[in-house]
Amino acid sequence: MNYFRPPSLSLRFFPVWQRNFLVWRKLAIPSILGNLADPMIYMLGLGYGIGTLLPEVGGVPYIAFLAAGAVCFSTMNSATFEALYSAFSRMQVQKTWEAILNAPVSLDDLVLGELAWAASKAALSGAAILGVAAALGLVASPLALWSLPLVFLAGLTFAALGLVMTALAPSYDFFMYYFTLFVTPMTLLSGVFFPVEQLPAAFQALSAVLPLSHAVKLARPLFLGEVPAQAWLHIAVLAGYAVAAFWLALGLARRRLLK
Amino acid sequence: MDTLSVEGLRKSYGATAVLQGLTFALRPGECYGLLGPNGAGKTTTLRCALGLTQPDAGTIRLSGLPVPERAREARLRVGIVPQMDNLDPDFTAAENLLVYGRYFGMKERDMRERIPRLLEFAGLAGRADAKINTLSGGMKRRLTLARALVNDPDLLFLDEPTTGLDPQARHLIWERLKQLLAQGKTVLLTTHFMDEAERLCHRLGIMDRGRFIAEGSPREVIAAHIEPEVVEVYGEPGGAPAGPPQGGAAKDMEQAQPANEHHPLPREGGRGDGSLMSAADWAKAEAAQFATRVEVTGETAFCYLTESRPLLRHLAGRQGLRYLHRPANLEDVFLKLTGRDLRD
Repeated sequence: MNYFRPPSLSLRFFPVWQRNFLVWRKLAIPSILGNLADPMIYMLGLGYGIGTLLPEVGGVPYIAFLAAGAVCFSTMNSATFEALYSAFSRMQVQKTWEAILNAPVSLDDLVLGELAWAASKAALSGAAILGVAAALGLVASPLALWSLPLVFLAGLTFAALGLVMTALAPSYDFFMYYFTLFVTPMTLLSGVFFPVEQLPAAFQALSAVLPLSHAVKLARPLFLGEVPAQAWLHIAVLAGYAVAAFWLALGLARRRLLK
Repeated sequence: MDTLSVEGLRKSYGATAVLQGLTFALRPGECYGLLGPNGAGKTTTLRCALGLTQPDAGTIRLSGLPVPERAREARLRVGIVPQMDNLDPDFTAAENLLVYGRYFGMKERDMRERIPRLLEFAGLAGRADAKINTLSGGMKRRLTLARALVNDPDLLFLDEPTTGLDPQARHLIWERLKQLLAQGKTVLLTTHFMDEAERLCHRLGIMDRGRFIAEGSPREVIAAHIEPEVVEVYGEPGGAPAGPPQGGAAKDMEQAQPANEHHPLPREGGRGDGSLMSAADWAKAEAAQFATRVEVTGETAFCYLTESRPLLRHLAGRQGLRYLHRPANLEDVFLKLTGRDLRD
């Protein structure tokens, strides 16, 4: 059997999304607080702390520069944690996936449901940070509202990448590699905390292929009231990563679960 | 009504052939048992039948549809009780049923109407809002059975449904399965418990190493593969008098006759107050003249025979040996056909 055949998608993913939503709703308040606290601390702590030491970054106060980065960082983290730890629990520990696959839901529908759910949750995190940034007057114009579809797209991208790891993981410990070898370096190389132009040329070249830097390149101009340059290129890169990673994650999941 | 038919099923994992040309079909309304030691291929058979594993060869039809090509649609008419409970720990009992019903495309309103009846059937009427981790093992199994019924399936797959349950819980599950059979549902059951298979199954197949080694009704299988009576002989531990009440042995001997298949009467005899002889030594030296076949495991000799009276008479006069006389059952067949070695 060809495990890596194209995904066959249907609306049957929705009950899977609903299932995860129902669990989330029961734990919504601690979950939202947890999702918000970390990026808020980064944004406010670094923004006002380091910000007072810096004259301006990219022509704006540091905290205004950081706000867009924090939204993307928060979106990535939220999608990643959901697609790694939570999805792995459902697949491996609780056997929730096994129960769902006994019903008339295909693995393709199931993995799509997980993807859509992780992206939804990530978008909510991104939107919450956006709301805080707006309340603090860090957002220049209503153009920033375009970052709502952006965080959903970025959520799909990072959820799909996370699902690849989940489909490969023998245990939770495996996910540390993903964080230390991919997520953390990417965060530092993608212009979340400081402009990419500060980096040596080789790192800038590396940064150009990382999905997070494309999300930041879209979000930052929107926060500052500008239309992003080469917007379609950045969107295409994020979408390309999402599609390729979802396809790969599904193929790996088929190989793991349908053998 | 279309149920499940499987023909020439083959599946290998690497060099290990798990299924080697398995063929069987369920008749509508029957309970069919798949029996076999660990690793016989029971679970792989179920996975293939549901389209969750692609066989290397063979044809499968489930609910009238070819599998794996249209397995997803075929599963609309099937209910499954898996070997391990996989209820959603974050939900209540009722929410588990509601969420599962959605996977079948069931409407919210219909489900809300159905849930109380399903919980009632599972003996969980007052437990709609109970968290899963507050339920006992038996309750979880019954809730899993209720969950398998959310779509009112024609066909039920039960993978070792009573493993790990206490006798009360097992009997309740059996009662419910009988009710479902009476409603006309077809059941495919895998089990390690031969008494369960004898009790519930109209027909069964004993599998070993990926193929059937016996198939038929429990009575047919027993009649075809084994002598009708069994006398188990044990050494009396320590030589202490531990036999039945006075005169018991002699009385048993007089009444020894072909035992009733449905009401086995265990008969104990012998006295341990004399010289000691292990059952194994006795079996080696003397059992062959009375029994068609003798198997010794550890300190127990299993004597299979058609006429038990001479052996019982002989044993009544022996000191240091106890015995149990009973009709042959499915477990005897199973052990004869699949051997007594552990399958880990």
